[in-house]
Amino acid sequence: MLLYFAKRLSASALILVGVTIVTFCLTFLIPADPVAMIAGRNSTPEMREQIRIQLGLDKPLIQQYAAYAQRLAQGDFGISYARKSEVGPLIASRLPATLLLMLGAIIAELLIGIPAGLYAAARRGRTGDKVAMTLSFLTVSTPQFVLGLSLLYFFSYLLGWFPLSGYGSLSHLILPAVTLGLAGGGWYSRMMRSSMIEILRQDYIRTARAKGMSERRVMLVHGLRNAILPIIAMIGLDVGIFMSGVVVVENVFGWPGIGQLMWQAIQSLDIPIIMGITTVAALFIVAGNLLADLVAPLIDPRIRLR
Amino acid sequence: MRALLISTAAAFALLAAAPAALAQSPKQGGAAVVTFNNDLTTLDPQVGYDWQNWSVIKSIFDGLMDYKPGTTELEPDLAESYTVSDDGLTYTFKLRDGVKFHNGRAMTPADVKYSLERAVNPATQSPGGGYFSAIDGYDALAGGKATELAGIRIVDDKTISFTLTRPDATFLHLMAINFAYIVPKEEVEKAGADWGKKPVGTGAFKFSEWVPGQRIVLERNKDYFRQSVPYLDKLTFEFGQDPTVAILRLKNGEVDIVGDGIPPAQFTEIMADPANKELIAVGDQLQTGYVTMNVTQPPFDNLKIRQAVNMAINKDRITRLINNRAVPANQALPPAMPGYNTQNKGYAYDPEGAKKLLAEAGQPEGFTTELYAMNVDPNPRIAQAIQQDLAAIGIKAEIRSLAQAEVIAAGGTGKAPMIWSGGMAWIADFPDPANFYYGILGCAGAVEGGWNWSKYCNKELDGRAENADAMVKADQAETRISEWKSVFDDVLKDAPWAPVFNEKRFTYHSARLGGDPSLFTDPIHIPVNYDYIFAKDAQ
Repeated sequence: MLLYFAKRLSASALILVGVTIVTFCLTFLIPADPVAMIAGRNSTPEMREQIRIQLGLDKPLIQQYAAYAQRLAQGDFGISYARKSEVGPLIASRLPATLLLMLGAIIAELLIGIPAGLYAAARRGRTGDKVAMTLSFLTVSTPQFVLGLSLLYFFSYLLGWFPLSGYGSLSHLILPAVTLGLAGGGWYSRMMRSSMIEILRQDYIRTARAKGMSERRVMLVHGLRNAILPIIAMIGLDVGIFMSGVVVVENVFGWPGIGQLMWQAIQSLDIPIIMGITTVAALFIVAGNLLADLVAPLIDPRIRLR
Repeated sequence: MRALLISTAAAFALLAAAPAALAQSPKQGGAAVVTFNNDLTTLDPQVGYDWQNWSVIKSIFDGLMDYKPGTTELEPDLAESYTVSDDGLTYTFKLRDGVKFHNGRAMTPADVKYSLERAVNPATQSPGGGYFSAIDGYDALAGGKATELAGIRIVDDKTISFTLTRPDATFLHLMAINFAYIVPKEEVEKAGADWGKKPVGTGAFKFSEWVPGQRIVLERNKDYFRQSVPYLDKLTFEFGQDPTVAILRLKNGEVDIVGDGIPPAQFTEIMADPANKELIAVGDQLQTGYVTMNVTQPPFDNLKIRQAVNMAINKDRITRLINNRAVPANQALPPAMPGYNTQNKGYAYDPEGAKKLLAEAGQPEGFTTELYAMNVDPNPRIAQAIQQDLAAIGIKAEIRSLAQAEVIAAGGTGKAPMIWSGGMAWIADFPDPANFYYGILGCAGAVEGGWNWSKYCNKELDGRAENADAMVKADQAETRISEWKSVFDDVLKDAPWAPVFNEKRFTYHSARLGGDPSLFTDPIHIPVNYDYIFAKDAQ
């Protein structure tokens, strides 16, 4: 187990290095010049050249990456081009909002997905099942900005139940968390349904039924406990899915997280911020995957880690 | 020496108007909330250079000169008066008494000198440093060979003078742009890399709080040198607010101004609602949307081809396409700009005539080219309309719809044959025709990385432009403007651009806010002149 953990940890470190290299190269492949964005429209070629030298952009790409990696290893993310302030604290100030949103989204998807899956499994083949599965298909395939704006319009503007975007209280969190969570909830309801149907075929369920146990008790006590395990193991992977979802959802709801910062940085070609957020997001995705792998054998002893 | 004792004249005017002004002057108090989709990047006046931070900076800082609210008329601001030497090479400013920074310290001529040098110093990476290239010693400081501007001299504790290496008729405008705003050295140095987030100025509003990604709060500067303004006690900017959502919030009474304007998709509906009639201010903007044609590349090196493109584009249809949020343009300068030639009607829409010109240029069958455009609505739609118009005369233009930075790069390197300028278009930094020439139509901008995307470089016109800007005396002002007029007329004859439209501004604000409509579409403060609007609930 410990050996496995050590192996996985070193592989994760390699992945992170790979991610920074690929991102670094990609930002330089874009046919645009960050210096032109900084120097502005009245700059002379001399001014642009000076800025290029100040930022070290005149050096070969490999040298630039080496300098970047060295600073990054010391926790220094560099200085933003457009904001002229340190990127590390900038990301740190926005990270709690994103983590809170992701936590809310995980709770939302479980609250939506598990009951819906249970319900569909219990009504297998009947109208209730079909309705639930069609809805899950819809929530999985609706673009998040459409879903987010629709929820805002109905629940915040027309009904006035929630604030129209912003940050700070539980009521601010609900709609963005539900927007993110609905897609995940759709997946989970399908997983929950098939997992539950599988379990209900097992001998011990037949035994429970034969003992005369009520169907509700069979489902909730014997079925749910076993069917929910594969879902718990999946939560770690959601971190990665949500990391991309927050870029859209944070922009719709005015949520001050790293997704919003990323969007703005891309528009102004603020490479230090783009690099910083990609690295931090990769860190979370790798950690989420590692967590999912470690949790799996605890849940199902038939899985062995090697 | 020609003394311009503006302050004395202004004082008399003020005395005469005082009782009336007092009777009408709104009461101070109340608050307003402004929303923006994107965060502000910085509040450093020497660095901030986008339309969003531009006017917030104007409310926190001041320069030696400014404009009368809602107009493009220059007036002294932190300066009380100024004089210009006969040769036009020396400007002497007498500073106003009793101006204090928000930290309580009195502003001095040394602060003026420090601030201008900060703008030019390459370490600041100011996008506006180049504006001050006429000040003596600019090359040494900008080139890193000096630490001061030799041309700035502190005459006494109230007076500062600038010596120029060439006469520059735009110099007073330059003293009114953000890059020349006065900052206190001790605060800049204390804040270090955080200075852009902790601004301290002399302006109408005092910086109070910045919560990253959420809001910036400004409070009324009670020690502001103009005692009667600003009217609002508090001004809050909220960020991350999608304009579609912000409009809903405005209708709910949570927001007072949608800083990003009315989204195209909702424009017709909002304008049609009679309840909004009093709430939408409409005004001109010092902006032109244009198509550049790279004159160094065939076939656009041929004047007739460029003229044909000018005649092929149906500007009225494109203006309708954006719900008439603009007026069709016939020349490079926008109508609100001095030097705009009302007599010049430009190229009329004439596809048949355009086809004839193509034939005369040896391209009767037309040709294939590329049209670059920024990928944010409505620009791809406008590019498609231009594409259709060009197709009608046989020019097949493939659209390259890209991110802003990529279009700017394609223009700067000269790679793009045609660019639709929307979303990146020139909005004047100051209301003078010179600001619409050198960077985007003159030889100075026609270099690698420059903003003259047509790469049009006409040395003769450059010379005439420089001659015009050497006319610095008050009695030459008219001659200067008419000289600029003729420069722009000749630019139009050479047709490096096809001007398409001049955007209008539509500012949607809550019923709670009052003030002259011109303040809500102030040509200098975009979107709104925050210093002079007032809260009706405080009256």
